[in-house]
Amino acid sequence: MENYLVAMGVSAGIFALMALGLNVIWGMAGLINLGLVGFFAVGAYVSALLTLKLHLPIAIGILAGTGLAALVGAIVALVTVRLKGDYLAIVTLGFAETVRIVASNEIWLTNGTDGLSGIARPFGADFSPVQFNLFYLCLVAAMVTVLFVFIDRLSHSPFARVLRAIREDEQVASVAGKHVLVFKIKAFAFGSAALGLAGALYGHYTSFIAPDIFVPLLTLYIKLALLVGGVGNTWGAVVGAIVVVTFLESTRFITPLIPGLSAVQGAALREFLISVSLIVILRFRSQGILPESPSHPVVPARTGAETQPAQI
Amino acid sequence: MVTEVLQLIINGIMAGTILAVPAIGLTAIFAVLRFANFALASHATIGAFAGLVANVNFGLPIVPSLLFAFLVAAVVGVVTDEFVLKPFRAAGFITTAIGSIALTIALENVVRFIFGNELRGYDLPIRRDWRFEGIRIGPQQVENLVIAVAVMAAVFLFLMLTRIGKAMRAVADNPMLANIKGINAEMVARIVSFVGMGLAGLGGMLIGLDTTIDPLTGFRSMLSIFAAAVVGGLGSIPGAVVGALTVGIGEELSLLFLSPNYRSAVGFFTILLVLIFRPRGILGQRAL
Repeated sequence: MENYLVAMGVSAGIFALMALGLNVIWGMAGLINLGLVGFFAVGAYVSALLTLKLHLPIAIGILAGTGLAALVGAIVALVTVRLKGDYLAIVTLGFAETVRIVASNEIWLTNGTDGLSGIARPFGADFSPVQFNLFYLCLVAAMVTVLFVFIDRLSHSPFARVLRAIREDEQVASVAGKHVLVFKIKAFAFGSAALGLAGALYGHYTSFIAPDIFVPLLTLYIKLALLVGGVGNTWGAVVGAIVVVTFLESTRFITPLIPGLSAVQGAALREFLISVSLIVILRFRSQGILPESPSHPVVPARTGAETQPAQI
Repeated sequence: MVTEVLQLIINGIMAGTILAVPAIGLTAIFAVLRFANFALASHATIGAFAGLVANVNFGLPIVPSLLFAFLVAAVVGVVTDEFVLKPFRAAGFITTAIGSIALTIALENVVRFIFGNELRGYDLPIRRDWRFEGIRIGPQQVENLVIAVAVMAAVFLFLMLTRIGKAMRAVADNPMLANIKGINAEMVARIVSFVGMGLAGLGGMLIGLDTTIDPLTGFRSMLSIFAAAVVGGLGSIPGAVVGALTVGIGEELSLLFLSPNYRSAVGFFTILLVLIFRPRGILGQRAL
């Protein structure tokens, strides 16, 4: 049971890293990214492949995964810079699907849909499974703390102020002499780095990754985490991640209570419950558990046309 | 080589014509309601399975089954739009887009709950392919093509000639002016959901007729359908047809140098290429 809770804690930490990354892209810069899971997959695959095939140290793998996810994020931002709204939503979603298609089909590299197994665990040989779980929880928690403090500081910086200005009105920001493109790319790259880091940490924890893991549902979980916690609120990202993981795990216990369900039906019911609760949360509490105070330097935009005037 | 390319182009035209049906549904919904409705994927799946029940369980021929697929997806589309997506629209397009992804996963799992994950096929008469100078054409494919063209013609006539069709075009063109002229925007929204999701369902079954179906049928085609609508310009019905043919032929021609598994990725790269050079698609936005 303790082991199960620790594993849940690790999941929550990985979700929190992703939610923090999304908070920079979406919460601060107001950029739409429905392809989170693509960057997560890039981080996971790069780190896993470098350690599996080239036998590089895990730390290097994680760094490379993070870095490459950032680079891919920068490229996606550069390519999509002229796109807005729905078009950006479609392209980012398409990007994540393309990553999954590549991972499923380049069998010589990624072992296709069977996935990569036996990914190295840090100190996996020295620790018992229980010790390893605890160690990993500490590692992930440390990463979350570092990223949290960094992003919290960042949200008070002139850099985040410019991002917010871009989110509110790109034209005004550019008239004020800010290079909008550069700021957008930086925000996207930074957020993607956090997503890649989460992916790399995930791979080295479960020791197994496969294209099936990187489905759009995972993107929804992170959106859900941020929405539950409160978009634009750094604390919200962490609280939301914990709430979402707890909820996801608790649905595991609901399906066995209904007699006569097959395994497929149980899984279907679980995904159904999860997506319906996202709809309900979106509908009735879109400001989250921790709504950002209006004086907070990162007030999220009302999406779309009804943008509120900037409060500086 | 020439025969091979010609064969791929013919296959592409057939695939593209079928793709145009759900793409028209998507683009019509975008033109009137102004958001990218990702729930289209699950409605295509629902249509494919409704058609399967009509065809296999009730023993109906293909054309009535397609009609059934249209109706079931259309009704589900109106109901879910009314109770799930409509309240989101006030909150902006991105919330609506996320909501529609959640809806598509929820509905897909309803289908999975009922039918399971197994691949299923329609009851089709087995017919020999026609051959001309080394080019193969399946009779079923031709039938699908004729059906798709007939459906498109019907949609076009509906928009051009009927009062409701004209009202839809008016709302797409200028919602405020349409409102002043006394057009009931809510009613138009319901009708566009009915027609749009119905077309998605019909398209889902047409796509399934060529192969087999499972709960992910709609989702797998989603990138191609979105590519078709985006390439032609979201909101433009002629654009959706041009886009669908472009994507259909492009996906087939990619087989010359890519594995067939990369078909959806081709849709994605077509979107990227077109959007980089023409951010509003080939025929521009809102030319419904």
